Parts: sequence; C-alpha cells; structure tokens
Amino acid sequence: MSTILQTENLQYIYPAVEEGEGATVALRGVDLKIEKGSFVVILGHNGSGKSTLSKTFNAILLPSAGSVYVEGMNTDDEEHLLDIRRRVGMVFQNPDNQIVSNVVEEDVAFAPENLGVPTAEIRQRVDRALDAVGMVEFAQHAPHLLSGGQKQRIAIAGVIAMEPDCIVLDEATAMLDPTGRREVLSTAHWLNREKGITVVLITHHMNEAEDADRVIVMDDGKIAMDGAPKEVFVRVEELRSLGLTVPDTVDLLDRLRRDGLDLPLDALTVDACADAVAEALR
Amino acid sequence: MLKDITLGQYFPGDTIAHRLDPRTKLLLVVLYIVGLFCADSGLTYGVMIAVFLTCARISKVGAKALVRGLKPVLLIIIFTGILNLFFTPGDYLFQFGVLHISRQGIKLAVQMVLRIMLLIMGTFLLTYTTSPIRLTDGLERLLGGLKKLHVPVHELAMMMSIALRFIPTLIEETDKIMSAQKARGADFESGNLFHKAKALIPILVPLFISAFRRADELAVAMECRCYHGGEGRTKLNPLKYAARDYWALACGAAVTAGVIVLGRFGF
Repeated sequence: MSTILQTENLQYIYPAVEEGEGATVALRGVDLKIEKGSFVVILGHNGSGKSTLSKTFNAILLPSAGSVYVEGMNTDDEEHLLDIRRRVGMVFQNPDNQIVSNVVEEDVAFAPENLGVPTAEIRQRVDRALDAVGMVEFAQHAPHLLSGGQKQRIAIAGVIAMEPDCIVLDEATAMLDPTGRREVLSTAHWLNREKGITVVLITHHMNEAEDADRVIVMDDGKIAMDGAPKEVFVRVEELRSLGLTVPDTVDLLDRLRRDGLDLPLDALTVDACADAVAEALR
Repeated sequence: MLKDITLGQYFPGDTIAHRLDPRTKLLLVVLYIVGLFCADSGLTYGVMIAVFLTCARISKVGAKALVRGLKPVLLIIIFTGILNLFFTPGDYLFQFGVLHISRQGIKLAVQMVLRIMLLIMGTFLLTYTTSPIRLTDGLERLLGGLKKLHVPVHELAMMMSIALRFIPTLIEETDKIMSAQKARGADFESGNLFHKAKALIPILVPLFISAFRRADELAVAMECRCYHGGEGRTKLNPLKYAARDYWALACGAAVTAGVIVLGRFGF
C-alpha cells in the first residue's frame, strides 16, 4: 500500500501569547506514515498534541521544524496548497462553526465552488455527497434547525464534495450526544470501507478506536504507542499512566483477570468480550 | 422575546415575484424609489399606489406582514407628518401661536407620509420574496463592476451572507447565556432603562468573546475547504436572466418614465 500522509521529525511550537511567557512546544519530533485507505485513530489526553498534529496534515499549521508530506507534496510548498487541502479534508469539533451557508446544499457546494468546479458537476457532487452521508432529504433545510449529528454529517458531506483522498476528523464527535456520535462514526467507517477514503479520527473516546486498523497514542508531543487496537489496548497499565482510560471491555477483562479468571485482554468488542467471559465461566 | 426579530425576513413561496432574478428585483426597487421621489401629484401618487398594490398582490404577501414592517418606523412617520402639517408656510387655514396649518402643509404631510410608507413597504416586498443568499448573490453580481475600482464586492457579499447565516446561531446563544445568568439570579426585567441596559453587559461580553472564537474557527474551516477569495469561484445555483426578467424590467422602466413625464407636464 502507498503512503498518503507522512511526517518527518515534525515539530511544532506555539509562540508565546504574552511577553514573559514561554512558548508552548506542542510536537516534539513525530515520525509517522499513514497508509492509503486505512482507518487510523489518534488518541491522547488534552494537550498531548493530537489536534496540533492533525492541523499540520493540510497546511493549516506549518511545521516549526521537520516536514509533512501529502502524497509526496511538501505542505510547506505554497504552490500545492489548494491541491493539498483538496486531498485532505478536515471536520472540526463544533458543527455550528464550520457551516457557511444557511441552506444545506449551498453549504455542501461551498468547497467545489471555491475550486471552480463547473456548475453541472457541482450539482452531481453535492447530490453524491449528501447521499453518502444519508442527508439527501435535508438538501433544502436550514442547518441551524438540524441536530448535532446531522450538522456534523453535513460538515462531512461538505468535505466529501471536494472528493478528498483522506478525511481528518478532529474530535468531530466530542460535542455530540451518543446517537449523533454513532451517526458520525458509522458514516466515517462507511466512507472508509465503500469509498476507500483514508480516515484519521482524532478522539479521546477509547471506544471509538475499537474498529480501527491502527491506533496511535500521543503523549507530550510524541508518539507513545502505535499499533493495531488489540496490541495497544492490552497495555492497560501503560495507557493508565498516560492519563487515558481503557475501553470498557478491556477494563472489565482486566478486573476479572486480577480476580483470577483466565481471560484474554484483547477481546475488544462487546460481543467478543461477552464470549470470552462466557467461555471462562464455563 | 428574541425570536420575533424580523431581520431580512423571507417568506418562501412560488410566485412570479419569488422566481424573478434578484438582480431584476433590486433594479425594480431602484426604479420604484425613483418613481416615488418624482411623484408629486394626486395622479402620480395614484399610479405609485397602484404599482405597489399590484406588486403586493402578485407576490402574495399578506397585508399584515407588510403593515408589521412599518412598526419600527412608526415614530418617524408620525413625526414627519406632524412637522410638515404644522410648520409649512402657505395659505393658512388655522393658526394658534407658532402652530399653523396651511393648505400646502396638508398636501405635503400627506405626500411625505405616503411616500415613506410606500418606500418601506415596497422594499419589504423585496426581502419578503427573496432569500438572503439570492439577495447577496444579486448584489454581488450587480455591483461586480465596482471590482475594477478595487471595491471588495465579493468580500462584502460573503460577509453579509455569513452574518445572515449566524443570526439564528447567535440568537440561540444569547438565549442560553440569558438563561444561565437568570439561573444565577440576574434580573433583566425590573428597573429603569439605565438599569436594564447595565444588566445587558454580562450578556454582551460572553456573546462577543464567543463570536470572535466562532469567527476564528469558521475562518479555519473555510480555509480547509479551499476558500481563497472570490477569484475563480463558480456557483451551484448561478443567476440567470429569464424572459420574465426582461418583461418585468421593461414594465418597471415604463411606469417610472411615465411618472416622470406626467410630473413634467404638471399633472
């Protein structure tokens, strides 16, 4: 598989806001390669640098040192700016603050309009994008009357209309209720599975990482752990020391193991966990 | 209480008035205003009133909605009427100290009041039948020529449509802040005007701070979606003149020309 995103010794420093204050170092040398078509979850507690990392992926932030490549293009290169942003779409936390227009379809059309796509093709792209997130019947609605999950799906549709190769969801589920969170997650998984779009999901909800291909744990501006969910989540003590909770299933298995039951730690999904417990109790 | 703000209110519909190109409607409003200011006699005012009533009829906007539009300017209308009525010199019909009513005064007062009412209700017809997006699109295209004079037409139109987009969001937020303050014992209802104004400060401060934060996030989100100014932008729903637009413009121009000519010949 080819690499879509690559960082080399990536560092980022936020300059001091006020005089006398020190600058904040957000990223201290990140080396990362993300495969095309994969579903990657980046975890970390507040201030671990995960959000900063995501903003370097489409040149919203430029590295203080080191470099970021999107399909071989350096994000430092002004010439490729629009091309990079078109390929790597971003969805942010607050859906209200990323919707531009007061009609849903006009908002979805915003990115293709900016890219100068011909009118007839914009129409097709908007219809396809709304279909992909299951919001076709809301095309003429006013966004502020929709639920949080629906608004976030509109925001995703707005990104899909650029026909990107990669979508970065920067804590896009953080402000949603459980229903909305499920809507957004299943949309992201569907896009990854059916359309082959690379998804980078940034979150602090452990459960959202269960179905990922790969989990990256950030701590203090560096990559602390990197691997498949089953490899990462069995390192329970290490995760806890980084200020992260483990998924509920792993937590349960861990407690039962301490009580002397013979259980595997890597039964991540609820079903697998239930089976493992039933097996052990037999 | 915040819910009844009728800023740029739009009544969706499917009449000819709704389907006309927003540029046509803007031009018609300009013609209508010119006509109103040229009208100077019973006959010409009659024509303008007829024009207004026809337009209102065509756009199927209720009389109630139109009259409601007059409410904010009621004071100005009354004030203008009284000033003109009592302070216009001419053939006095009635005199009491400095106050006097003249024949010319009555005519002028009636004219001015009618003019303001028709002006406001006429422009309201425009916002009632045109969605804010189409209105800003229309303005952007109409004023497009000014770009050559380095007037940031696209940027202004973009600002206007974003402002309109955020009105409901900010109203919702204001309601939330007010509830939060009320829950902690803030009092917005009692006291005189000065006290009430002072009670608004703890609402306005957080509202402003959050508006700036929103603006910041929106700017990043727009950049992420490849926004780079108006250059090379295309449109999902581009504006197109149809036959009805030419007819409407021709009618509008004819009526205004008629009113001017009638005025010239002293009718």
